[in-house]
Amino acid sequence: MLIVDKEKCIGCGVCEANCPFGAITVIDGCAVVNDLCTLCGSCVEVCEPQALRIEGAEKNNRANLDEWSGIWVFAEFRHGVIAPVSFELLGVGRKLADTRGVPLSAVVFGKGVEASAGELIACGADQVYVVDDPRLAQYREDVFGRVLERLIRDHQPEVVLAGATAIGRSFIPQVANALNAGLTADCTHLDIRREDGMLLQTRPAFGGNIMATIECPHSRPQMATVRPKVMAPLPSDQARQGEVIRVELPDEAFLSRVEVLESVLSKQDKVNIQEADILVSGGRGLESEKGFALLRELAEELGGTVSASRAAVDAGWIPYRHQVGQTGKTVCPKLYIACGISGAIQHAVGMQSAETIVAINRDENAPIFDIATYGLVGDLFEIVPLLTKKIRENRGQ
Amino acid sequence: MDIIVCIKQVPDTKDVRLDPETNTMAREGVESIMNPFDRHALEEAVRIKENLGGTVTALSMGPPQAEAVLREAISCGADGGVLVSDRAFAGADTWATSYTLAKAMVTLGNFDLVLCGKQAIDGDTAQVGPGLATQLSLPYLTCVQKIRTIGDSGLVAERMMDDGYDVVQLPLPALLTVVKDINEPRVPSLKGKMRAKKAEIRVLRAADIHADEKCIGLAGSPTKVVSVFSPKPRGNRTVFTGSPAEQVEQLVAKLKGLL
Ligand SMILES: Cc1cc2nc3c(=O)[nH]c(=O)nc-3n(C[C@H](O)[C@H](O)[C@H](O)COP(=O)(O)OP(=O)(O)OC[C@H]3O[C@@H](n4cnc5c(N)ncnc54)[C@H](O)[C@@H]3O)c2cc1C
Ligand SMILES: Nc1ncnc2c1ncn2[C@@H]1O[C@H](COP(=O)(O)O)[C@@H](O)[C@H]1O
Repeated sequence: MLIVDKEKCIGCGVCEANCPFGAITVIDGCAVVNDLCTLCGSCVEVCEPQALRIEGAEKNNRANLDEWSGIWVFAEFRHGVIAPVSFELLGVGRKLADTRGVPLSAVVFGKGVEASAGELIACGADQVYVVDDPRLAQYREDVFGRVLERLIRDHQPEVVLAGATAIGRSFIPQVANALNAGLTADCTHLDIRREDGMLLQTRPAFGGNIMATIECPHSRPQMATVRPKVMAPLPSDQARQGEVIRVELPDEAFLSRVEVLESVLSKQDKVNIQEADILVSGGRGLESEKGFALLRELAEELGGTVSASRAAVDAGWIPYRHQVGQTGKTVCPKLYIACGISGAIQHAVGMQSAETIVAINRDENAPIFDIATYGLVGDLFEIVPLLTKKIRENRGQ
Repeated sequence: MDIIVCIKQVPDTKDVRLDPETNTMAREGVESIMNPFDRHALEEAVRIKENLGGTVTALSMGPPQAEAVLREAISCGADGGVLVSDRAFAGADTWATSYTLAKAMVTLGNFDLVLCGKQAIDGDTAQVGPGLATQLSLPYLTCVQKIRTIGDSGLVAERMMDDGYDVVQLPLPALLTVVKDINEPRVPSLKGKMRAKKAEIRVLRAADIHADEKCIGLAGSPTKVVSVFSPKPRGNRTVFTGSPAEQVEQLVAKLKGLL
């Protein structure tokens, strides 16, 4: 509950002006809170007389925090490879583990995964829990969830990290719910307090217009998913030593109500746009499916992948999996080249944290230029081929 | 087939930002809309109903104002709307939201399918769907791009993956979260709008759903927001001038280090 201290409130109205939800009105010289309040806390921060505070009863099932120790990374394995984000998680996980003076463990499951344990150790893991079972060959959310939940209950890590990938985002919430644990989605920054092990999880909210730092003060494990490409992996060190722990689980852990009939891999553009370092992105300005051929050439020259705005997807020029933005995917590549994209807010929220943004647009007033590191004003049908050619030439030298 | 669709009212993203000077939220003109993904969930539910018969109930947890999205849902084909609303729910994170919506569904009883959007655009968490399924012990799929077949015995759907899609079969009752690709939502009909205006929205309070006060609202939320701030402003910006060739030249020089 948001509590107004009537003694302290001076009726200045700063809270009313700052409430994004219109939940406070000053009536007779005192702030009054209505049902729209979401307890976001923005009023508490601006209240100079400190007349506002948020109070809530604490959850009963407080975990005994000291019984939980160690940093875990869920290493995603699909179709024979470990997802790159797993190594990025080991990079940040290593820092967290060292700050706390606890081991860093990776958990990997699937069929034929044991061979990957070495890679995970080389990239920072002290221990690797391996569940190698043919019944884990296909991704099934109920089975994955139950297996991870069991391992967590048995070993009680204080932190569990997973990639904010299609798989991570689909079954990690199940595990968190089953464990009564807090889960923060899509973190872009992680830190840990040495003294009490509180994980400080920072993530964008409201389409990236606001950043929020989140803690889980009373529950363990502290769970977070992390976007691909925002954390740096450690260089692989084959000399690193680690322990491989094989885990056998009883049959009931593998019972499932879902059956995967088929796994269809996309033939074109195998790379997930969220994992790409370089994205060449096209919008309505490309005019047709053929326009994307130009972008593919440029992407190939750069070793990048092609993505798109919603307008291009809606026009049917490229599949939805390539859509960047609010109703598509959030990407964070090193280089994002926007060609014939106006930069509408719903697009921008999906790509504005890219390291370098290049915009090619013939309208110099297009909003994309407000967020672009480098802007080129002109016809993309002229500029893109020139750029491809120039890069090819440079490579040749 | 009786279907519940979870619909969230969200602030329009483009309006929400912090004033970088004062680090407070700018409030002017924050409009509330139906979460875009939920519109697709609703459309899918209405299509299934049109094929197989049954009912579509729109369910939302939120302040009294969230009634508006339920009426909108009715105008787009839902049979009824239920608003789960109580001051005690304020400050709920995805855990507490999943718990509350699950309790509401148990109270409503009798459903074969629950449809959610993939994620809500205010928090972008995509956690409530799987969380709800866990609380209700339902089989579930996230990011469904197509329902191939559906009948009393179960359904077969395509689940979007990062590298393609999986075709998955599951029994009913089940929960699905859907992506934009699944359909093209209709616009409300005039008749629908009339119906929506007159429709009675059922309101459920914390007591009505027998919610444990320790599991709802801020108290029931394991995650706590401890600070909010504006993202770092982007660095310097350069817009090149000159002919296309000259601009390309300048760009390539700048990108040297990157490529
Ligand atoms: C609820 C909701 C969710 C949305 N979600 C998303 C989302 O996830 N992702 C997304 O991208 N959008 C999303 N949108 C749509 C978004 O608002 C914009 O409509 C969309 O991004 C526009 O795409 P565009 O930039 O390709 O097209 P336009 O806005 O039409 O821009 C085309 C640009 O190309 C330029 N151009 C044209 N021809 C040339 C040429 N020959 N050379 C150079 N430049 C040229 C034009 O100057 C123009 O700036 C959403 C909208 C809503 C309402
Ligand atoms: N308060 C709510 N009321 C109704 N449905 C919700 C609510 N919050 C989330 N949902 C549903 O859960 C989906 C995912 O939301 P989120 O986990 O917040 O990204 C949404 O698309 C809705 O279908």
